[in-house]
Amino acid sequence: MFETDKKLLNDFQRDFPLVPRPFAEIGRSLGISEGEVLEDFTRHIENKTISRIGAVVRPGTVGVSTLAAMKVPQEKLIEIAKIVSSFDEVNHNYEREHSFNLWFVITAPNESRLQEVLAEIENKTGITPMNLPMEHDYHLDLGFKLKW
Amino acid sequence: MVASTIMARANHKLSDFAVSDDELALLEALCTGLPLDPRPYNVLGARLGMSEAGVISALESLIERNIIRRFGVVVQHRRLGYTANAMVVWDIPDEMVDEIGRRMGEFDFVTLCYQRPRRLPDWPYNLFCMVHGAKREIVLSQVRELADKLGINDIPNEVLFSNRQFKQRGARYTNGEKR
Repeated sequence: MFETDKKLLNDFQRDFPLVPRPFAEIGRSLGISEGEVLEDFTRHIENKTISRIGAVVRPGTVGVSTLAAMKVPQEKLIEIAKIVSSFDEVNHNYEREHSFNLWFVITAPNESRLQEVLAEIENKTGITPMNLPMEHDYHLDLGFKLKW
Repeated sequence: MVASTIMARANHKLSDFAVSDDELALLEALCTGLPLDPRPYNVLGARLGMSEAGVISALESLIERNIIRRFGVVVQHRRLGYTANAMVVWDIPDEMVDEIGRRMGEFDFVTLCYQRPRRLPDWPYNLFCMVHGAKREIVLSQVRELADKLGINDIPNEVLFSNRQFKQRGARYTNGEKR
């Protein structure tokens, strides 16, 4: 990967420029044009090396969220994962190596909708999700330092 | 649309966390990412009926109030070679969890660190952290480093590596309601 590419991915994970032409400002700091910055970000999003340029919201400040886990028979995992992912409120959904093998995050506008989603998932899959809401956040998110 | 649920946090007044309908719409519009346009805040503003300057100052305010805790590039660890991703869970005695959690959250390879409830008898763990690495062995040695440095070697833990990723995207807040 080229040096400027590494910088694009590493240096703008926080404090993304809040100016009318942010990509031009990034280009100035890297010695490339605004058009090249836009092209590079577009390519990274198409490649899925970055998922988006966006806001990471502090949990519990806007809406409500929870982490949930289910014990799914291995042969039904893909089918059940699909059902879980089909909910708009589910934003992360992973298989993990454990008897609790499906882990997902639900974000909803309020607690009653969150409980509704948990109940709907239980109805559609026949498996009761274990609900593990955050009680305390001990980490200050500064982005992910990439080691090249 | 009703105001969203608000929770007070240390060092912030309750009012800091009150999110207006405009701000909520802006956060929702950002879920799919900042538009890749030379003037992205203008594009967002046009969608929301806000000015470019209004979008920028709303974002500044959300960051200042710590509602947005990070604004920028969200990388996909896996696609960048960080294919080993583990959720490490610990059963920390309640009276120690705040101190251990705070110190655990400071390690640079720990990307999330949360206290969550135990669900006995199925689930005895109350502290969760996320560790990303290029290889499993690296992640496992980082977990050993955590246990050594925090003096919690004798405390039960489990390392849950991730396999298939079925979905990953930004959170939604408004449940598709149109304003």
